Amino acid sequence: MTAPEVTSPPSPEAETWAEREPGSIRSVLHGMRRHPLGVAGGLLLLLIAAFCFLGPLFHPTNQTDVDLLNAALPPGPGHPLGTDGNGFDVLGRLMSGGQVSLRIGLLAALFATTIGTVYGAVAGLAGGVVDGFMMRLVDVMLSIPFLFFVLILSARFHADALSLSLVIGGFSWLVSARLVRGEVLTLRVREFVLAARLMGASRRRTILTHLIPNALGVIIVNITFQVADAVLVVAALGFLGFGLTYPTADWGSQLASGVTYISADYWWLIYPVGGCIVLTVLALNLLADALRDAVGRRADR
Amino acid sequence: MTWYVLRRLAVSLLVLLGISAVVFLMLHLVSDSPGRVVLGQRASPEAVADFNREHGFDRPVVAQYVGYLGRLLHGDLGRSYKLNEDVGTLLARNAGRSAMVSLAGLVLALLIAVPLGILQAVRRNSVVDRVATAASYVLYATPSFLLGLLLIAVFSQTIPIFPAEASQSHSPWVVFTDPRAMALPVITLAVTSIAVFAQYQRSAALDQLGQDYIRVARAKGLPERLILTRHLLRNACLPLVMLVGTLVPTLLAGNLIVESLFNYPGLGLLFLNSLQREDYPVLLAYTLIGGVLTVAGNFVADVVVAAADRRIELSA
Repeated sequence: MTAPEVTSPPSPEAETWAEREPGSIRSVLHGMRRHPLGVAGGLLLLLIAAFCFLGPLFHPTNQTDVDLLNAALPPGPGHPLGTDGNGFDVLGRLMSGGQVSLRIGLLAALFATTIGTVYGAVAGLAGGVVDGFMMRLVDVMLSIPFLFFVLILSARFHADALSLSLVIGGFSWLVSARLVRGEVLTLRVREFVLAARLMGASRRRTILTHLIPNALGVIIVNITFQVADAVLVVAALGFLGFGLTYPTADWGSQLASGVTYISADYWWLIYPVGGCIVLTVLALNLLADALRDAVGRRADR
Repeated sequence: MTWYVLRRLAVSLLVLLGISAVVFLMLHLVSDSPGRVVLGQRASPEAVADFNREHGFDRPVVAQYVGYLGRLLHGDLGRSYKLNEDVGTLLARNAGRSAMVSLAGLVLALLIAVPLGILQAVRRNSVVDRVATAASYVLYATPSFLLGLLLIAVFSQTIPIFPAEASQSHSPWVVFTDPRAMALPVITLAVTSIAVFAQYQRSAALDQLGQDYIRVARAKGLPERLILTRHLLRNACLPLVMLVGTLVPTLLAGNLIVESLFNYPGLGLLFLNSLQREDYPVLLAYTLIGGVLTVAGNFVADVVVAAADRRIELSA
């Protein structure tokens, strides 16, 4: 049994950037340099986005008209990844499905983080009874199984990417609200904020020039995690059949339509789209982890 | 300790009250009028209005909520719109099966994740640790339905040793009586949790390994095996207890997806089918039960951790 190593003392370089305003953007970017995996995640993400949004320019396909004569073709000339049960080109469908999945993921994360940031900042700054009530409400909402609620709402309002991202974002702001509140609570008693107030800075100026820029690191980390989670939720909704309306298909519903053919061994309907989901979420999580480390704070999920 | 438990219990009850209000209001807002759902799209507006009046659905929403709460306290979860059955009996019939498959998955996950996490912490940065960490990153990004599909493709198509569909028996003990048919659902549930649990256990154990009492135990020459089993295991498992307690919503979601994928008739499948037939009393009841389980999980986690670590009670 090997003895565990003693944790090495932080390098002097880490000290200097961590000491001044730990959450600021500049220190975050600086800290990213020491995380090759995070950089790899970021690059992978760019690659996936380019594949989804620029890919159709190089591989234009018809994703609206069913073509039953060419249904479920194995990969071959003209269809590098074959066609699915309705005759849609799988490679083209991966791109269009990815566009929807990424767009919903990003929109939902932005909604959630915006609501959560405002809510958490208000609660943290207000303090007292208001804060107590607002955070108890968050406790209550967090105790309601998230997927159940999202399923009920999306079964009722499943129409387009916007409503789906509103539904997902509307129920995933709770953790960000907690994070931002905690951040505001610690920041507002820090010396530089006190000094600003002492010098007569207005409340607005304190919030805009000191609190928000310094909480930004935590917020950005949170957005990245939120996108990853939202991509998974969209996929789950699509897989369960409560996603977007046909013929728009996100990655989850594509996978669901591949299930029908699993006993026929049509591997091209399952592995490519499965790989897309895993790679996207993996890239986002790697990036978010590295960012969190760089922010230099344990922003718990 | 009693005082702490009582206070946590009171807070839990308040949260439960809040959950029931939020869920009831939200479902009231999104659902059609009950008369329309029960009588169908072709019923005349008068018939719908009559039905709603007769069953008290025309009253203000607060009055309806209070009525629902009153019946809830008498153990009446309402009546299904579509299945001509009490929601309580409907849920009770499926609860055992769902609980068994989820518990089996959880136990299997813990049995693997706890030793794995501790091993990773003790042999930090070894090959085992790196491989396990990389694997859990990939697994964490793999949705359970995809994992289940891959398992079906491999273990039921390529090497046909397990059936692709779960057992359809109505006994809750089917996990034990027909393990072959339940293997894939249980493994799917377990593997998705292992990734989270093992990483959590690893960092918890790492935290403990740096503590003074471990150094003292080493210094007085205690065998490494005893240090691990007697000192480390107990303290390093506390965070995991807390995690499992707070993961109830995730476990419920996993249960829903796995039941749908393997066509296993439990609560998750009942929820999805009720969603399709707009059977709101069932949706309301199961969402509430999910809330109760979540609050209970949090409560148990807090109490267990407080019982094991007296400092928490003092600081709370």
